[in-house]
Order: sequence, then C-alpha cells, then structure tokens
Amino acid sequence: MILRLLAMLVMVLSGAAAAAAQQAAPPVDNCRTCHAQLDGKLGEPAQQFADDVHATRGFTCANCHGGDPREEDMEKSMSRTRGFRGAPKRSEIPQLCAKCHSDGAFMRAYNPSLRTDQLAQYQTSVHGKRLSSGDARVAVCSDCHGVHKIRPASSPISNVHPQQIPNTCGRCHADAGYMKPYKIRTDQLLSYQASVHFDKLKGGDLAAPTCVTCHGNHGATPPGVTSVERVCGTCHVFQEQLFDQSPHKDAWAKTKIPSCLTCHGNHAIKHTSDTMVGTGKESICMTCHVEGDNGGKAAGRIYTALTGLDASLGEALSVVDTAERKGMEVGEARVTLSAAREKLIKARVDLHTMDGARVEETTKAGEKLSKQANQDGVQALAEYTFRRKGLALSLLVIAFVVVCLWLLIRNLERPAAGEETERT
Amino acid sequence: MRLLKSWYEERFGTELLSFLWHKQVPRHRHTIWYYLGGMTLFLFSVQVVTGILLLLYYRPSPGEAFESVQFIMTKVQFGWLIRGIHSWSANLLIFTAMLHMFSAFFLKSYRQPRELTWVTGCALFFLFLGFGFSGYLLPWNELAFFATKVGTQMMAAVPLIGKWLLTFFRGGEEVTGATLTRFFGFHVAIFPLLTTAVLGAHLFLVQYFGMSVPPSVERGQPDKPVPTYAFIPNFLLRDVMGWYIALGVLAALAAIFPWELGVKADPFAPTPAGIKPEWYFLFLFQTLKLIPGRVVFIEGEQFGVLAFGLGALLWMIVPFLDRKQEGPLRRLPAVAGAVIVAYILVMTLWAWRS
Repeated sequence: MILRLLAMLVMVLSGAAAAAAQQAAPPVDNCRTCHAQLDGKLGEPAQQFADDVHATRGFTCANCHGGDPREEDMEKSMSRTRGFRGAPKRSEIPQLCAKCHSDGAFMRAYNPSLRTDQLAQYQTSVHGKRLSSGDARVAVCSDCHGVHKIRPASSPISNVHPQQIPNTCGRCHADAGYMKPYKIRTDQLLSYQASVHFDKLKGGDLAAPTCVTCHGNHGATPPGVTSVERVCGTCHVFQEQLFDQSPHKDAWAKTKIPSCLTCHGNHAIKHTSDTMVGTGKESICMTCHVEGDNGGKAAGRIYTALTGLDASLGEALSVVDTAERKGMEVGEARVTLSAAREKLIKARVDLHTMDGARVEETTKAGEKLSKQANQDGVQALAEYTFRRKGLALSLLVIAFVVVCLWLLIRNLERPAAGEETERT
Repeated sequence: MRLLKSWYEERFGTELLSFLWHKQVPRHRHTIWYYLGGMTLFLFSVQVVTGILLLLYYRPSPGEAFESVQFIMTKVQFGWLIRGIHSWSANLLIFTAMLHMFSAFFLKSYRQPRELTWVTGCALFFLFLGFGFSGYLLPWNELAFFATKVGTQMMAAVPLIGKWLLTFFRGGEEVTGATLTRFFGFHVAIFPLLTTAVLGAHLFLVQYFGMSVPPSVERGQPDKPVPTYAFIPNFLLRDVMGWYIALGVLAALAAIFPWELGVKADPFAPTPAGIKPEWYFLFLFQTLKLIPGRVVFIEGEQFGVLAFGLGALLWMIVPFLDRKQEGPLRRLPAVAGAVIVAYILVMTLWAWRS
C-alpha cells in the first residue's frame, strides 16, 4: 500500500515537473533557426528578432507571418495551407498589430497597463486617414516602432523612447524630398531642437514635451487654432486658466489668432524673458499694440513690475551671498529669498491675465520679501564687522593679560631662577 | 581675605590649604608636557559653561533641533560665539587630551604607583570621544545625520551584542528622532555624570601622587634631586597664561571660521557622497574601509571592530603590561607608541585627502 502511494507520488511529481518544463521551455521556432543562418534580407530579421520585446515574451515569427514554426520542412512550414501569409503589405500593418494590441483580454496577460486603443486612435490621425484613402507612404506602426527589433517605449534605444521621438518623427517630417507631395514644412525638427522643451529633454527630463505630447502619438494630428491653448494647458495649467481671464481670450478667438503660439511660437519655443512684455524693441506686445494704447500701458506696467522685482532680488542675493562667503549664517535670509523668487515666478504666470494691477500686487509682495532678505544680509555683514572688531579688542585684552602674567612670573622667579621658590 | 582664611581654617583645618601651598612641581626639560592636563581641564570647563548656555535654547527634536541651533546662531545675542566656541573647543579638547595622553605615555608617567591615574585618564579620553560623537548629531544637519548613520552602523559589527547595541544607541532600527533624544540624553546627562566622577578621581590621583618625573630625567641625574618649583603661584600662573592664550585662539577660530550649520537633515534623502566622521575618528574609518570583506573566518568589519576594541583595552592596561624598567625590552612601549602615532597620522591624512 505504502509502495503504491509512493509510486503515485513520484508519478504526480514527475508529471508536474514535465508540465513546468514544457511551460518554461521556449517555443519551437524553426523559422528563426533557418533564417538566422541566411545572409541579407532573409537573415537579418531573424537575427534582429532575438532582442525584440515580442520574442522575449515568447512570440514567434509565425504570430505575424503565419505558417507552422514547428515544421522542419520549409515547403510545409511556409505553405498557405498552414496559414503562411509572408510579409504584410504596409496598408495591412495597423490591422495586423491591432489583432493583438486592440484585444484587451489578450493584452492583459502581457501588459495590463498598456492601452488597447492604438488602432482607433490611429484611424483618427492624419496618417490613418491618408492610409485608408490609399496613401501607403504615410507612417504605419512599424515606421515608428520598428519591425523586427521592437523595444518597449521605456527602453532608451527604442525609437519611441521620449528622447528618441523627435528624430523618429523627423525621419519623415524633416525629409524635404519625402514630404514634398504633402506640401508641409520640414523645419519642425530643427525648430524644436532650438526650443526650451528640447533643452529639458536633452538634459534628461523625460517629462519634457516632445512631438507626441502636443500632436498625439497614435492619433497624431496638428492641433487646430481652437485647441492650441488646451494642448499647452495640459502642462501649463495656470497659464491657461489666467489666459482665459485676459482680454486677449475673446478678441483672439474672434479673429482666429491662435492663443499661446502667437507669443511663444510653436516648435521653437524659447526660454521666456521679461523683455517679451513691455514696450521695448524685443516686446511681443508691440507687434499689435503701441505704447500709448491700453495694451501698451498694461504691458509697460507689467514690465516695470517684473524687472523691478528681478533687480531687487538680484541685489538681495548678492548681499546674502557676500555674507555667506564671509561665513555668516544666512539660512533664514535664503528661505525669504526663495519665497521672494516664488513671487516673481507667480507674477510671470499672472501676466497671462494682462492685468497690470494683478501682476503689481504679486510683485509688491515679492519686493517686501526681497527687501527683508536684503536687510537680513546687510545685518549679517554688519554683524561680521562687529565680530571682527570685537575679536581684535578681545585679543588685545588677552594679549595684555598674558604679557602681565609673563612679567609677573619673571618677577617672581628673578631672585632664584631655576631653584625652588622661597616661601615666607 | 585673611578673615575668609581664618573662617575656613576654623572649620576645615589647615591641611588642604597647606598641601596646595607647599605643593611642588618637578622642573626639567619635559615640564612643558605637564601643562596639557590643565589645558584639557580648562577646555572641558569651557565646554561645560558654553554647553549650559546652549541648553537654554536648544530643543532636542527632529522638528526643532536644526531650527533652534539656527536661532542660537542668528537671533540670540552672542549665540554664534557660544556655539562657535563650543564646537571649536570640543575639537581642541580632544586634540589636547590626545597630546596629554601620548605625552604621558612616552614619558612613562603611568608607572607604579600611577597606574590608576592612567586608567582614569584613558577612560576620560574615551568619554570625550563619546561627547564628540553624541554632540555631533545634535544640530540635526545633513552631515551629522549621515555620519551618525555610518558611525552607529559600525556598532552592529560587535560580535554577539552588535544588533542590540545598534538598536540601543539608535533607539530603533534607523537613525530617527529617537536617536536624537537618546544622544542628547547621553551628551547632557549620562556622559557629564560619568565624566564628573572619573575626572574627580583623576584629579585626586594627580594631586595625591604628584607629577611623575620621566625615567630619562631620573637616570640623567641619579645623585641629586630633580629641581622643583611651587605649584602656587609658579605653575598655576603659567597654566593661567596658557588658558588665556587658548581663550584667544578659541575666540579667533569662532569669529574667523564660524562653525557651519549646513542644511537640515532629511532622512529620506540619499546619502551624500564623501560622508566622513570627525577628524578624530578618521583613522578608524579609514582602517575599516581598507579591511577586506572577510578576514580568516570572520567578517572584515567585525574583525576591525574587535581589533580596535582589543587595542583600546591593551592601551588602558599598559601600566600593568609595561613592568620592565631595565633590559632590552625597556624601549618596546615607546617603539609601539611611535608606531601607533605614525599609524594614526597616516590613516587620518589618507582619509582626509581621499
């Protein structure tokens, strides 16, 4: 009885081990085995596919190309009767990828957080629309993601990693020859590379906007005049809200002037500066306004308020820095300075209302803090001078006492130097 | 003055005053080293006075410690001076205590009957290191926080009781507010209490046995007595002169090189690069860095902690080990001492520059 039980246990355990081994073993893929030995066009895909995200998840060539990967006979494995369909046409690619990627239940087993609306989005995009109207030159899935060496977007070597996206889009959109039939500009990549957004991206900030942040990725399309503000507002929330309160909002909507990009540009968005407002040569306000009109007056007030606080902050910072270099503790002054700097940032955001009084209210609060920090710095410097003078005086007193003590000792020991002092 | 003297003598007799008045100090080419004890005592008194003044404003909690030290340095009248002197004096105190200890070692002042004077002196030195380590954390700044984290982590390497020691000193698994209040307790209550007792014993023994005359001086003039001078006023006046100079140095250091406060500790921030302990722990730190991961059959860190523990114990019982006054082994302690000093200097400089 015991022997029988043991035999059953061995059978059950060996069965479980076999099942586990079967599950863990890589699927048989004779396509790759043969193609990897070939050169050129027929060999490359098999060699590249080894590191493809799909291969690492257990997919084989047959998942896209059909056929029977377990069959060793080439004729049989690539026969139409076994479902072989070869290389898909460009126009078929979105549907082919969507077979899995639009299937929520299927994708959940591999990456539950991955969206499954890529095809639906793609069909709303300029690329998707043109493809369905018969233009096979437009971008399909494989143009951006790659064909046989697809990596997850989080991989730095993926074509769709945030830092690679500008070049991926630029491959077509910066190619004047390729874009000629579409009659659209091809300077977007160069312009973007001169922008503040690219500076941030280059500096390692993966949250910095790239092409897809504003245009969408699968549903890529140029934002229209009415939606520009909303697109920028996804990140610049306060600027959007404040712009909505400004007189520009309705006036520009009526004349179909695009909101944010009228002042900031689109692809070549530069670092902002206070000279962009006001009535000077670099002022954007002066493109439409003149110095004496209401807009010109508001721009002048805003410019004066911003540059005033900026100068005051610079002065306070210099005083606090000097005090710190002299070894004074200025931690509190630094906190005040930081609060003043925040007011300047807030004032620069407030200017989107184009309300001079509102900006002045914020800068005044900043000026108060800046003056406080300046005063703390000046006090620290005065304290530094006081300490030096105090030290000099103390050292003089100490030196005097030391000399007196030395004279006293000398006087005491003079009668019998080197011998025991006499006591009375 | 005379009235006060007679009032005292009527009650307590004349023995103590007479002892002090007639006390003599040997005078020879090594006499200068005798002043280091008095200098260390003076610096310790500075620590007590400035420490009490700091205590009036300091608050030992993670939410208030840094801010209260900042308040002392910026708002309290002469608070910067008190804090600066306390920090600088702590370092000078350990420096002079170290010099005092090594000079006593090389002059063999620990010989019979002064064994206990040496042992209590060593205990005081270790207590001063304890003061330094516990006080370093109190401003709750970034450097102090991470140095304490690294320093207390070494305790875990002590065999058998390491884990318990770590938890006991940290007040938990990690360096937290509990560690701060615990270190504060050690710094202002436990260590001062122990130091008062050990210092009292040390001073009593120094007075009871008097100053030791180095063997080299004794050998140099075997037939005539070593010249002496009066403790009061000759020696004491020189002592006071030295204290005044130390006060001047402390004031200058505090005013010209204010002790930095740094930035407030953030327990969630990553450990900044190049965290080092105070200079007097650098040789320990560098040695532990150099010891390989495993030495013979125990972990490297454990080996280092054990070796230093054993070294400290041997150092403390030197008077009982060094019994040879004559013969070829007579110079062995001096050679060992020179090697130890060279080792400490090299390791400290290495750690300082790396």
